[in-house]
Amino acid sequence: MTSSLDVEKDTPAMKDPVDVLIIGAGASGAAVAWSLAETKMRIVCLEQGDWTKPSDFPSTGRDWEARTLEDYAISPNRRGLPSDYPVNDDASPIKIANYNGVGGGTVFYAAHFPRLHPSDFRVRSLDGVADDWPVDYHTLEPFYELNDRMMGVSSLAGDPAYPEKKAMMPPIPMGRTGEKFGRAMNQLGWHWWPSDAAILTQEYDGRAACINLGQCGSGCAQGAKGATDVTYWQEALRSRVELRTQCRVSRIETNEAGMATGVFYFDADNNEVFQPAEIVIMACNGIGTPRILLNSASERFPNGLANSSGLVGKNLMLHPYAQMRGHFDESMDGYRGAPICTWSMEFYETDPSRAFLRGYSYQFSRGIGPVRTAITGMDDGLVPWGDGHHAAFRRLFDHSAGMVSICEDLPEEINRVTLDPQRCDSNGIPAAKIDYRLSDNTRRMLDHSVARGIEILKAAGAHTITTKAPLPYAGWHLMGTARMGTDPRRSVVNEWGRSHDVKNLFIVDGSIFVTSGGVNPTSTIQALALYIADQIKSRIYELFD
Amino acid sequence: MTKSKDKSSAELSPSERKTLRCVVGHMIPLSQEFGVPGADNPEIFADILQSIDRDRDAVGEALRVIDALAQGRLIDLPRPEQARCLLDFRNGYRALASVIESAAARCYYRDERVMASINMEARPPFPKGYAVEQGDWSLLDPVRARGRIFRDAN
Repeated sequence: MTSSLDVEKDTPAMKDPVDVLIIGAGASGAAVAWSLAETKMRIVCLEQGDWTKPSDFPSTGRDWEARTLEDYAISPNRRGLPSDYPVNDDASPIKIANYNGVGGGTVFYAAHFPRLHPSDFRVRSLDGVADDWPVDYHTLEPFYELNDRMMGVSSLAGDPAYPEKKAMMPPIPMGRTGEKFGRAMNQLGWHWWPSDAAILTQEYDGRAACINLGQCGSGCAQGAKGATDVTYWQEALRSRVELRTQCRVSRIETNEAGMATGVFYFDADNNEVFQPAEIVIMACNGIGTPRILLNSASERFPNGLANSSGLVGKNLMLHPYAQMRGHFDESMDGYRGAPICTWSMEFYETDPSRAFLRGYSYQFSRGIGPVRTAITGMDDGLVPWGDGHHAAFRRLFDHSAGMVSICEDLPEEINRVTLDPQRCDSNGIPAAKIDYRLSDNTRRMLDHSVARGIEILKAAGAHTITTKAPLPYAGWHLMGTARMGTDPRRSVVNEWGRSHDVKNLFIVDGSIFVTSGGVNPTSTIQALALYIADQIKSRIYELFD
Repeated sequence: MTKSKDKSSAELSPSERKTLRCVVGHMIPLSQEFGVPGADNPEIFADILQSIDRDRDAVGEALRVIDALAQGRLIDLPRPEQARCLLDFRNGYRALASVIESAAARCYYRDERVMASINMEARPPFPKGYAVEQGDWSLLDPVRARGRIFRDAN
């Protein structure tokens, strides 16, 4: 229902108050909405994008590869859809990737689902760099397990790189690629293991099993991939959480007491609306969250909301990737199957004998389709223009495989999100601007991972090896820009996700990461969101103290 | 998915189309040996023209650079000189060359004749999917035998 304020021209319409307002319907917003639903509070989630229809995903059409570079491109700047907001990443060697819609980044992610390791939460204590987290692995462990059950995770128990984890269903197929690299890793004496993947290998919770479409990165038409639009949201909606799509939040409002009173947003018809709320929860990722906080600057909070520490937008971590690919005489898995099949944590933990602190993981990945084979082949100089094109293409197509390293990115205040002074989105809201550079530690880590990756490829029998470091279009993991901690001078939210400055404002996305680890963050983002929701429920009578 | 991007860019001019067709024909030529058309084949080229919306400005810039390198119009040069000019373009303007390479490849490698020649079924991945071998899980025995490798941080 909307109040009579609607009729006053130029005055934002006023919605009925709600108990909990969640901004963003992605990985963390969905998890926190589902968890809080049992409280029977009135919960509304505002999402700037819309629902996706599985029948629209690229894998349902003959132009499946082309569309991953068009309306299903990972770059919001390339897509340029109404649901997207521009991100000025000109001053970053790593370009930002995201998806704006119900499910958020989980619609496009590879569903590679590693957890952080116990040591990741104790970086300062163990290695003397960055800061320890105010929570640890064992605190999050039950929430990792709960999240695995909600998302539907396939894995193989017994990975010696982790504390014991339960396996719910068999891992995704190793395929020729996993087997080839597994043999190579055994030859080198290095760790490898089937990946934990939020991909169903058998029917689960009303969802069908994976049929190896190979297009996890542009939406799973089968519904086998654990994206939150097909997992958490289905449950949350049944529990009467309200999800409003095509609603873009511009700023959070506060009162004299310094408490959040609600948010202003633009609806699908570009009408400005005010939604009052008792609790506001931000789940907008490591760029979207600082963007809204900085856009919420007011006389009361001149440097942006929740920013007395000055750290909102700072310490951006992106996980620099290096990519190493090779070609084989025999056919490989090609474009078939989940792109990532196995991982290695051999170089994950700090080793004093190396020239860098902290470490990285490897994801072993299958091949690519014909369009990408041609594009990367020409880009790498392996496929010429002219008469030699066809023969060169056929040497590469269906014969490639490789890996990426995901390097731990340590927090540095110089790497940051600010507001772009020129660019705005379609609602006139200032866009985000990224300033980011690689540290010397990161460069040494990337170099190490490239050198070891080449060794692995050679051990596997690959030839015509190519490398890219850093991989430019790989800014998926957006972390650190509203970090958690116990010291209000050195963090934005406390140890259970509540803003130090605004007592009814919570953040549950990757912004609150203290360090990045060297693995994909989605499972940890969601475990943290569930943990914070649990804290809200257990502290409900003293939540604002 | 939300609405597609507004098609605000103007179509290529007839002159630009001729130059682009010449360029993609050099890039991926017809091959008797492999039994495939070139990227300048009428059907494939029409597909390219319909698919460059997001790249319209960059393609236009690339074509202007190419004609400048040709000191006139690329299409007016003899074919060997066209090839030399395009080699200079590819070597000197990698970013722009990549735009045209991507635009051509996106359409060329979905043509049914081309699909057939690379032994690929001309169908979308969904709903049939693909088969992938499980692999030999006993390969993990040495990894298990080595024991834990993570640091405890309690």
